[in-house]
Amino acid sequence: MNWLTNNWHTVLDLAGAHLVQSVLPVVLGLLVSVPLARLAAGSRWLRPLLVTGSSLLYTIPSLTLFVVLPLVLGTRMTSVVNVIVALTLYVVAILVRSCVDAFESLDRDVLQAATAMGYRPARRFFGVELPLAVPVMVAGLRVATVSNISMVSVGAVIGIQSLGTLFTDGLRRSIVAEILVGIVATVLIAVVLDQLLRLLGQVLTRWQRPGTGAREAGGRRRRDTRGPGRTAGGARDATGALAAVESGGARA
Amino acid sequence: MSLVADAAQFLTDPASWSGPSGIPQRLLEHVGYSALTMVIALAVAVPLGLWVGHTRRGGGVVVGLAGALRALPTLGLLTLFTLLMGLGLLPPILALVLLAVPPILSGTYSGIAAVSPALVDAARSMGMTERQVLTRVEIPVALPVILGGIRNAALQVLATVTIVAYINLGGLGRYLIDGLAVRDYARMLGSVVLVAVLALAADAVLALVQRLVTSPGLATAGDRP
Amino acid sequence: MTTPTSTRHATWRPAAWVAVASTALLALTACGGSDPLGGGDDAASGSSDTVTVGSADFPESQIVAELYAGVLRDAGVSVETKPGIGAREAYVGAVKDGSVDVVPDYSGNLLLFADKNATAASAEDIVKALPAALEDQKLSVLDASKAEDKDALVITQATADKYGLKSIEDLSSVCGELVMAGPPEFQERAYGTSGLKKKYDCSFKSFQPINDGGGPLTVQALTKGDAQVADIFTTTPAIKDQKLVVLEDPKDNFIAQQVLPLTAPDRLPQKAVDALNEFSSKLTTEDLIDLNRKVSGDEQQNPADAAKQWLGDHGYDKAS
Repeated sequence: MNWLTNNWHTVLDLAGAHLVQSVLPVVLGLLVSVPLARLAAGSRWLRPLLVTGSSLLYTIPSLTLFVVLPLVLGTRMTSVVNVIVALTLYVVAILVRSCVDAFESLDRDVLQAATAMGYRPARRFFGVELPLAVPVMVAGLRVATVSNISMVSVGAVIGIQSLGTLFTDGLRRSIVAEILVGIVATVLIAVVLDQLLRLLGQVLTRWQRPGTGAREAGGRRRRDTRGPGRTAGGARDATGALAAVESGGARA
Repeated sequence: MSLVADAAQFLTDPASWSGPSGIPQRLLEHVGYSALTMVIALAVAVPLGLWVGHTRRGGGVVVGLAGALRALPTLGLLTLFTLLMGLGLLPPILALVLLAVPPILSGTYSGIAAVSPALVDAARSMGMTERQVLTRVEIPVALPVILGGIRNAALQVLATVTIVAYINLGGLGRYLIDGLAVRDYARMLGSVVLVAVLALAADAVLALVQRLVTSPGLATAGDRP
Repeated sequence: MTTPTSTRHATWRPAAWVAVASTALLALTACGGSDPLGGGDDAASGSSDTVTVGSADFPESQIVAELYAGVLRDAGVSVETKPGIGAREAYVGAVKDGSVDVVPDYSGNLLLFADKNATAASAEDIVKALPAALEDQKLSVLDASKAEDKDALVITQATADKYGLKSIEDLSSVCGELVMAGPPEFQERAYGTSGLKKKYDCSFKSFQPINDGGGPLTVQALTKGDAQVADIFTTTPAIKDQKLVVLEDPKDNFIAQQVLPLTAPDRLPQKAVDALNEFSSKLTTEDLIDLNRKVSGDEQQNPADAAKQWLGDHGYDKAS
């Protein structure tokens, strides 16, 4: 690990760039996916369009997107913007599907109860639907984040700096340690972010008792409908992303 | 949009369709690498997933393993293996296998593990051996989920084979890498179209297989197989 | 308990969702347009006294950039470095937009980049043609060094003995039996497959693309016998270390590639220009080979350390 001690500052710089290129798309992707998914849930034409479109998108190799996007966006070939936009598209592809599923699998009774309590559609969405969809959304986010972190490194092939640079540089200089450091650092970032998201998911779903889903029978249901209403504020504070979506104004 | 026209020209030019760097040859290489990868990955991941799913032992380990493998950057593995083993087919195929194993493994495991315990108990009480329980009950019931994982893996492999051309293999990625080296955007765009068409075709075939092998009993059994 | 409160939105129809989705998309694209993360886009360095030295994303360029940085510091110029910007397209763009002030480049390839139809091949002709070719793009070069790193056809000693090869001219009779390895672009460039055919009537049996910039894998393909001829850069230490033979190129198929600083007119203060010109008069090809060996060989020094050592040995005492 002699190589690491001599180059740790380079590794840190690259890890920082890597982090930005993988996390920003997750945030942006979430911002796009939630409204899109809510719109698509139950829609006769938008749903199949989005679901097919997102699986289509996933067949496009990341390297290809990195290369084609400059032509579409007018950015420079080696601009990080290409990576960020490309990965945002992948995040949307993953999240839209899981969010649509989440919104569609909500218990009708819960929604009707909320409406009966006088919740208007917007407030019902932020107070009830969104919190109930959190577990599924967090699961999708975790998948998207981990796969993003792995994909960012591909940008190094076209000269975009990230931990992937350690792979291409290590290959050119035949330094095995450099490549190993890159792999370990990548996995480390993935594991840490994954665990953070898991924790976030737990914090956002405190109302959910262990082992009980929101659609269990009878007596529990009432507690559940009240629960989301109570913790919706917490959800807003915790994810700035959702807060931004909410600027439409659910609450006075 | 002269670029699109140029890309179309690349795709329709008879010269692009012949010789050792022609589209049919590259397509064959691409499919060949993918198939080889999938065969190895299936041989590793399916038995492991079946065993863990059936015995319900080590499920946590499998989920953790699949997650960790998923975080491994394929480009890093490719360069590492190439540096350690030299040029050739083995390093890229190995990197691709590590990419394909997690979805197959977790699909197989979770498919089997999700089979209703009541169903399994019923099968046992009918006098089925463990092997029969697995092959006659658990696998048929879990098949749609298992195939979903395999389909997922196949698509990822088809897309990622493009990157392994980075060092020195063939496949459709060659057009992308070679085009990149001389900034020939038309050829790069052409390769994008080819890979996308290939992936769509593969997805359609796999979806068809998935539908054909799904037991008719499952199709009517409710929303969750 | 939650109690119903009135909201301003009486209904929450699809139209509203479209609005939210498109706002988010807009935020995304706005983000894209301003390119917040650089990659060399903060065009602030033009006015200040600090000189930003950039480099391409391969080791030799990073070494020379570190040498430039040290030389400038020694001359009392404050310096920032921006290593690994990417391929030529990227770092030329960075020099143009002012995010980088000076970057090492190679004379021949720079000329071909600026002027696709350039025909100059010798070192002098290229240096003479460069200013005019760069002028349109508001770019300029300083004095070229004697140090050169160009493509060359390289074979093993065994292959040289077997066929009695010394120059590419000797090669023409046996080309059809040999496999060639090189970077993918070799098949396309004027000096590549087509140049060899035109100038030396040499068409290889097959071409194996290896994408490591003439690095260790290309050398390995040669020494293991996967290929008999390889396109390897002349400053690769392996040529000496593995006793490889560089074939002579009497017909100038491979044009000269002197190392020189690429900058923009009036971008650098005069003392920086003087310091870099003086440095370029000292740098030799041997220096590049030694430095490459330190960075890519077993020593695994990082480019900055290797450069620091060279500068210390050559009297740049205030380089760091």
